[in-house]
Amino acid sequence: MEESPLSSRQIRRIILDQSKRAHVGHIGSALSIADIIAALYQNVLSTPDLDDPDRDRFILSKGHAVLAVYAALFLKGWLSEQSLNTYCADGTLLGVHPEHALRGVDFSTGSLGHGLSMGAGAALAARLQRSSRRVFVLVSDAECNEGSLWEAVMFAAHHGLSNLIAIVDLNGQQALGYTDQVLSLTPMAERWRAFGWDVHDVDGHDVKAITETIASLDTTSGPPHVLIAHTVFGRGVSYMERQIKWHYWPMSDAEYRQALDEIDATP
Amino acid sequence: MRGAFTRTLVELAEREPRILLLTGDLGYTVLEPFAERFPNRFFNVGVAEQNLVGVATGLAEAGFLPFCYSIATFISLRPYEFIRNGPILQRLPVRIVGVGGGFEYGPAGATHYALEDVGIMRLQPGLTVIAPADHEQARTAVLATWERPGPIYYRLGKDDRTVVTGLGGRFELGRIQLIREGAHLLILTMGSIASEVASAAAALADRGISCTVAVVASVNPAPVEDLAALLARFPLALTVEAHYVSGAVGSLVSEVVAERGLGCRVVRCGVRTTPGGTSGSQGYLHHSHGLSSNALVQTALKELEVQRAST
Repeated sequence: MEESPLSSRQIRRIILDQSKRAHVGHIGSALSIADIIAALYQNVLSTPDLDDPDRDRFILSKGHAVLAVYAALFLKGWLSEQSLNTYCADGTLLGVHPEHALRGVDFSTGSLGHGLSMGAGAALAARLQRSSRRVFVLVSDAECNEGSLWEAVMFAAHHGLSNLIAIVDLNGQQALGYTDQVLSLTPMAERWRAFGWDVHDVDGHDVKAITETIASLDTTSGPPHVLIAHTVFGRGVSYMERQIKWHYWPMSDAEYRQALDEIDATP
Repeated sequence: MRGAFTRTLVELAEREPRILLLTGDLGYTVLEPFAERFPNRFFNVGVAEQNLVGVATGLAEAGFLPFCYSIATFISLRPYEFIRNGPILQRLPVRIVGVGGGFEYGPAGATHYALEDVGIMRLQPGLTVIAPADHEQARTAVLATWERPGPIYYRLGKDDRTVVTGLGGRFELGRIQLIREGAHLLILTMGSIASEVASAAAALADRGISCTVAVVASVNPAPVEDLAALLARFPLALTVEAHYVSGAVGSLVSEVVAERGLGCRVVRCGVRTTPGGTSGSQGYLHHSHGLSSNALVQTALKELEVQRAST
């Protein structure tokens, strides 16, 4: 299938445009995953048709960053500009967290610690149906505070769900502070490895590295896989990077202009 | 009921490959017939109820019909949000099977009593809630509902021997089942406590008091029309359930009376206090909470007297 052109920069622009238009936050979290989403939607997800039962599944377990996914759906041509412009409007299917009723969203999320369990079930389903489809679950690092996530981690390893690929957005921040100050997650990679997963550290802003790492995974046998994606919260907008307040804060007009300029100036 | 459930599920699974059975490491001597017949469709996910429901949600999205089995209080309370944000909000056919309603796990203590499960499940408009009264009705209810779209909560009892007199295994979604008809008093009940109610009604008959007794097994969709028609004929109704008095049948009946503007007085017999540190047999606990047949007879006599005095 012919892939639509889709880049991290375009995703970031849409994140900024829509956040400004709707005057809402969660900008930093969406910018943090923009390159991961670009890699997935541009190079990784096999989606011949949105209704194909054998399409790869994607679960954004850190649902609050969904604006990056709406941007990708739009750039893929699966979401109209008219729909995209309803983000956060009354009666929209494009809320701050993904809703399965929106075509292109496989599972609703929003409450952290839920997505990996559903992903494990989806991966088990693929195996039972002898389908080669894969299941990708993007979790936040702070989401690893949730005990339920580790229930799913154990389950997937025990059942050898090699068609399950988790990606941890390791940006080191959460709503009220830095993860090492709130509840330490260090060492992240060793924790997953200890639970029996195939672990890969990757630069979460390197689309090529993310793409190649995923391409190298054996999704037909062996353990489940996790990419520990080292990211910068608010990536691409200097005054947002690593700043706690941009978890919730909306942009002023001046901040919006500066952010756009910086995104456009980034090679 | 749990034995009837497993037998019925094995039968259904013979012809329906979408059926899977998942357990949170419970069901010893109960689930083996399914596990042995369909080893590749049976999953013990371990002691992890949230993941149990999350995995079932992922399976259901792909077209499976996963049944999630555990003790009622464990499978309803711990993963409640996973049930809500998973199969309910996403309209997926996950089946939650909770065993041991009320005080059925008597000696195990209060952590094992399901006293609010039906209440919290009934709050969810998108969830079918089924609470059979005996193993025959459990079988009929599973056969009548297993293929229904969207999620289902089955509240099952442990008892596979007792049969509620007059029920004959009947079940119909959105309807009540009358098990006895009489003119003096209406009793509405849910779950395996129905056998205590049937005994109480027989004892009252010996004293010249005739009761209409109805089983409410289809909690959602609620049998609103059936209830309204019955309640309109009686000045006094007792609701009886091994459940807190708020949330389940007592609340449902009170809602119907209020919303229809009926003149019936409702007396809710159920659990009114948090269980204390003491435990014991189911019979002991029923008696302690006014739910044994003897206690129900006394309540009925007292309330009928109150009714007579006020008219």
